[in-house]
Formats: sequence, C-alpha cells, structure tokens
Amino acid sequence: MDIVQDKTAETAKSTPAPGTSDPGKRIRVSTRDVSVFYGEKQAMFDVSIDIPDRSVTSFIGPSGCGKSTFLRCINRMNDTIDGCRVSGVVELDGEDINRPDLDVVELRARVGMVFQKPNPFPKTIYQNVAYGPRIHGMTKNKAELDEIVVSSLQRAGLFEEVKDRLDQPGTGLSGGQQQRLCIARAIATRPEVLLMDEPCSALDPIATAIIEELIDELRENFTIVIVTHSMQQAARVSQKTAFFHLGKLIETGDTEQIFTNPKEQKTQDYITGRFG
Amino acid sequence: MNALFIAALLLVLLGLSYQMGWSRSKKLAAAEGESMHSRPVYHGAFVAIWALLPALVVFGLWALFARSASDNYIISQLPPETSSLAQGEVTSAIQRVKSIASGFGVVGQADPVEAKAAEAYNQFRTLITLGVLAAAAGMGLLGLLWARSRIAKRFRARNEVELAIRIGLIACSAIAILTTLGIALSLIADALQFFSFVQPLDFFFGTSWNPRFQSTGSDAVGEYGLLPLLWGTIMVSGIAMLVAIPVGLMSAIYLSQYADYRVRNVVKPIIEVLAGIPTIVYGFFALVTVGPFLSSAGDLIGIDIRATSALTAGVVMGIMIIPFISSLSEDILHQVPNAMRDGSLGLGATKSETIVNVLVPAALPGIVGAVLLATSRAIGETMIVVLAAGNSPVLRLNPAEPVSTVTVTIVNQLTGDADFTSPQSLVAFALGLTLFAMTLLLNVVALYIVRRFREQYE
Ligand SMILES: Nc1ncnc2c1ncn2[C@@H]1O[C@H](COP(=O)(O)OP(=O)(O)OP(=O)(O)O)[C@@H](O)[C@H]1O
Ligand SMILES: [Mg+2]
Repeated sequence: MDIVQDKTAETAKSTPAPGTSDPGKRIRVSTRDVSVFYGEKQAMFDVSIDIPDRSVTSFIGPSGCGKSTFLRCINRMNDTIDGCRVSGVVELDGEDINRPDLDVVELRARVGMVFQKPNPFPKTIYQNVAYGPRIHGMTKNKAELDEIVVSSLQRAGLFEEVKDRLDQPGTGLSGGQQQRLCIARAIATRPEVLLMDEPCSALDPIATAIIEELIDELRENFTIVIVTHSMQQAARVSQKTAFFHLGKLIETGDTEQIFTNPKEQKTQDYITGRFG
Repeated sequence: MNALFIAALLLVLLGLSYQMGWSRSKKLAAAEGESMHSRPVYHGAFVAIWALLPALVVFGLWALFARSASDNYIISQLPPETSSLAQGEVTSAIQRVKSIASGFGVVGQADPVEAKAAEAYNQFRTLITLGVLAAAAGMGLLGLLWARSRIAKRFRARNEVELAIRIGLIACSAIAILTTLGIALSLIADALQFFSFVQPLDFFFGTSWNPRFQSTGSDAVGEYGLLPLLWGTIMVSGIAMLVAIPVGLMSAIYLSQYADYRVRNVVKPIIEVLAGIPTIVYGFFALVTVGPFLSSAGDLIGIDIRATSALTAGVVMGIMIIPFISSLSEDILHQVPNAMRDGSLGLGATKSETIVNVLVPAALPGIVGAVLLATSRAIGETMIVVLAAGNSPVLRLNPAEPVSTVTVTIVNQLTGDADFTSPQSLVAFALGLTLFAMTLLLNVVALYIVRRFREQYE
C-alpha cells in the first residue's frame, strides 16, 4: 500500500497505451471482503479487488453472477434496495465509502453510473442530459449548459440523430438511443469514476465503436468500470479484467493475461465459451 | 318468486349450453383427430353466450313493457267509463286494483268490480309470467342449437368470445355514461320548472338568499340568489383543500420515499382509518373541539373567529380529506418505476431533488386525479358543514364568519313537507344542477392539466 501511494504522483501524469498494464498505477477503488445479502440470500462472497486509476476495468461472468450487484457497491446504489445489506470495506481514494458520516450524494456525483436497463427520465432529451449539471449547479448560464448538453450527446454518438428534437421526450427514443442518452446523461456530470453496466447491450457495431472510443477517451482522465458480456469488447477496451462466477471473484488480472493465459480453469472455460 | 325462476332458468341455460358446446367441440376434435381452431372452453362459452343472449332480450323486453301491458289490461277489466277519467284518477284506480290483487288491501271497501278485476289481473299475471319464461327458454334453446351447429374445426370461437367480451365491456362503460346523463336530465326537468318561477339571471347572479320570504298579496316568491351559497361552498372546500393537499401530499411522499417499509405498513392503514370515520362524527369534532379551539386561538392573536364558521368547517373537512389524497398519491408514487428514481439518485441528486424533479412529475396525472377526487368530495360534503359552518346564507368574504353551502341548502329546502311544485323545493334541483356542473367543470380542467402534462413528458 505504501509503495503504491509513493508512486501516485508520477503515474498520475502518464497514460499508458491501451492493452498494456502499469503495475505501479494508483489504486482508485479498492474493496476488501465485500459480501452482499438480499434479505437472507447471499449474492456476493468476500470480493476483494483493486481498481486502478485512469484505466478501464471490465467485469465479465455469466448472467446472475453478481456483476451489477458488485458495481452498485461502488456508488452505494444498493442502499436504495429494500433489504439489501453490504458488509466488508469499499474504499474510494483510501476513504471508506460506507462510513456513516459520508455524503452519499456527493459520492454518487463523483462515481457516476450507467444502468443496465436504460432509464431516461420522462422529460425532454435536453432536460435528461442537463439534469445532472443543473442539480449540481455546474454551469453559470444557459450557453454553458447548452454546450455541455451538446458535447455530451456528441461524445455518446447520439447528437446527429436527435439534434432536431432535443425538446422531444427522451422516453420516445429507441432502446439503443435511450442507452446512449443515459451514457450522455452520466458523462454530463463529469464523474471521476464511471460505472457502466452493459452500456452497449442494445447497440449496433457502429454505435458500439463510438462508445468504445468514448471509453478510451475518458480513460485518459477518469477511472472506468465496464460490465460486458462480449469477450471481444472486454479485450478491446479494458486493461484489467475481473471474472465473477456465482457471486465470487474467481480471477482478476491484466486483460491480456486473462484472455491469453488464465490461471483458473473456470476462467478458461468461460472465455472459451464452454459454459456461461 | 319470479326473480328466483328467472335466475334458475338462466343458470340452467348457462350450464346446459356451456356443457353442450364444450362436449361437441371435444367430440369433433376426437373424431377429426386434428386440433381445432379454438379450445373447447371457447366453444362452450360461445354457445353459452348465444343461449343466454336471446333469453335476456326476452326478459328485457318484458321489463320494458310489463307495466304498460298490465295497466292496459286492468283498464280493460274496469268499467269503460274509467278510461275517460282524469289521468290521476285512472292511475289511482289501477293502483287500487293492483293493491287488492297483491293482498295488501285498500282504503275503504273494495268494489265488487274492483275485486273481479283484481282476480282477473292475478290470472293474467301468472299467465304472462309463464308465457315470458317459456318464451325466454324457447329463445335460449334456439340460440343454443344455432350456436352449437356452427361449431366446426375451423370455427373461430375464440375470436367470437373475444368480441363478446369487448361488447360486454363497452356496454358496462355505456351504463356509467348513461347514468350520468340520466341524472343530469332528471335534474334539468325540475330545474327548468324552477326557472319558470325565478329568472335564471336572478338565480345565478343574485346576491341574496331568502326563499321563505313570501309577501302576502303579491306574486313574490322569495329571493333565490345563488352567489352566497356558491361562495360558501367555494370558501369551505377551498380551505379544506388548502389543508388537505399539502398535508396529504407530504405524508404520501414521506411514506413512499422516506419511511421504512415497516413504518409504512403500520402508518398507511392508520391514515386510511381516517377515511372511514362517518362525516357526522367529524361534524361533532368540528362543533365541540375545533370550533372552540380556533375561536380561542383567534382571541389570543386578536382576530375574531366564530366557533361555527367557514374556517372551522373547512379545516375539519380538510382533515377528513387527507387520507384520500395521501393514500392515492402514495400508491401512485409507489408505482413510479424504481429505475427512474435510481437514475436520479445515481447522478448524485438528493432524495428531495429526486422527488421534486422526477417522481412528482412522473406521478402528476395520478396526483391530479387524487386531488380532483378529493375536491369533488369536499364540494359534495354536507354533514360537516351542517354542523360546523353556521348555516348562514349571507355573502361574506371573511372566512371567520358563518356561511352556508349549496349542499346544506339543498337539505334545508327538501326536509320537512316538501311540495314539489313550489319554488322553495324546486330550487333544490337547480342547486343540484349547479353542483353537477361545477364538478363537471373541475373534471374538464383536470383533464386539461393532465393532457398538457402528458404532451410535455411522455
Ligand atoms: N433486488 C434484488 N433482490 C434480490 N435478489 C437480487 C436483486 N438483484 C439481484 N439479485 C440476485 O443477485 C444475484 C446477482 O444479480 P446481478 O444482477 O448482480 O447479476 P448480473 O451478474 O448483473 O447478471 P446479468 O449479467 O444478467 O446482468 C442474482 O442471483 C440475482 O437473483
Ligand atoms: Mg447485470
């Protein structure tokens, strides 16, 4: 831990090329023995993982293995689920985020989230994207807000499709458009850590490429965690990969190593398509 | 006895026809060895519908014409000069015969002619009843056989049943609409009669209400100015809504968003109990507790508040209405998808920001509906106002003074020996019509609000 902190200053400036790993990278999010219970049922078992700054970490694993559940531990969205209990330690920049005196609202502004199911508000497209900047008072005037809305939509690859109907309801968009709207909405608040739960599940290859470009670009300044069911996507965009199975973290490591030379048999089976 | 026969006949017809359709379909399916278009239940239901429908039509026709048929029959049994009597006397003659026939007896001695007519009428009735039952059963059987003959492999019984269900649903909605229309029409007739005594202008824009005023020797029938009553109604229900909307909405928001589910499970039923208290009890509460309390509270700050006033009635009525708003709004807020709430929380919004910006707008149509329902309740509420508003039909702006409302006045005008030809009683219908129009207007306004909102958001 000490060594890691010493290196913080120098590694923060340099950004390694995609696909390569830098073992000395600062740890942004770190969890220790995190278990999650839905009522009596345990969904996650003692997950400990370090997520490095300014890089992309992908979570892979079969459906129902707890990827979304674990993702929600990082911005405490599990708080909103009745009967859900989290034990263990989750740290953001060395600070325990489950501390009773922590400001959850501020935490969620810093740790943004794109949900698995697109959930646009029943408001206009513009209002959807402007929602975060507005409540956080991020802009001084309308022009600045317009600028944020337009650039967020552009970066999510949606602007061209909706530029003539920004005043139309966001709920009237197609599934894939809604997904990109939610991505635009999440990046508009400029979170430091962005949690993306299957952000491309409803997108065509071109839109997917745009989102992957966006992720690459965001990686230069932010920390990104992406849940995906596409092995290729994990290999393309992420530097680190974590494989979950039945609520347990089976293996984590550099993406290249996980995909070429996994240590665990289960990982091997999953990425080669033998189960899951 | 008749009703029992009819019910029995319909039940037998239902069971028989369903069974026949079902078994025929089964048999066909077995014989053909191939699958039918529709499952046997649909064939059964189809035959049952076609068996019951004709029978019901027969009964319906009977219900429509039974009265005039029996009246005509009785007249034909009475001496011919009866029919040349005045309308009222004919009716009472018929009524006498019917009373004798049913064995209730009549005032005075029954005339032999009447007794004979009654006996004939009884026979006539038995005959007709049997005839109608037979006709219904016959028509039902015909329908049954016809429908059963249509069953075939490719016959789309499922779609036919769907159509029948749809028509049934439309008929039910039509009943609601027709009832509303019927109520309006029945009010209009009497209200028009009232307006033959009093100018509509004097009614709708009159500022003085004094219906008992009857200056001897002149045609004057009293003063029927609506405005004092209307103002009373608006003031009392306005105060009630001022109390109920904030309190009800806030408690709904607390219960649906902040309260632990265990707390909600206890608190919500308790609030709903408030809705079950009879309004007359609220009336006592207003009279004995709230009125004196408001009055002494007014003394403290130097305002003269009467114990029975628009304020007292309004506040207590507001309390009565809280559960309508809170319970309905809570349900509606609860139905807003959690994903919506999470989206907002996930962007770093606080709970209250989420509620104001996302949840309430998403639930607005429902909330408007709840408020509207509550307002209609307030406008129509009578008992609390009778006891607590002071019953003083004078146009006053000050809510701390006694008032009277439209509903209370209707009660006043119709209690005692009401004579439905005098303006004093007929005015009740004009008042009722006014209430009806008011709630209709409210509905239209609410519909407009909801529609506007929808355009904006969905
Ligand atoms: N709100 C909830 N209440 C109870 N159980 C839940 C809840 N959410 C998830 N679970 C359970 O927790 C386990 C993990 O679910 P989770 O949604 O995290 O899976 P996932 O890995 O994201 O799956 P997918 O790839 O299908 O999205 C599952 O067994 C699921 O049934
Ligand atoms: Mg998931």
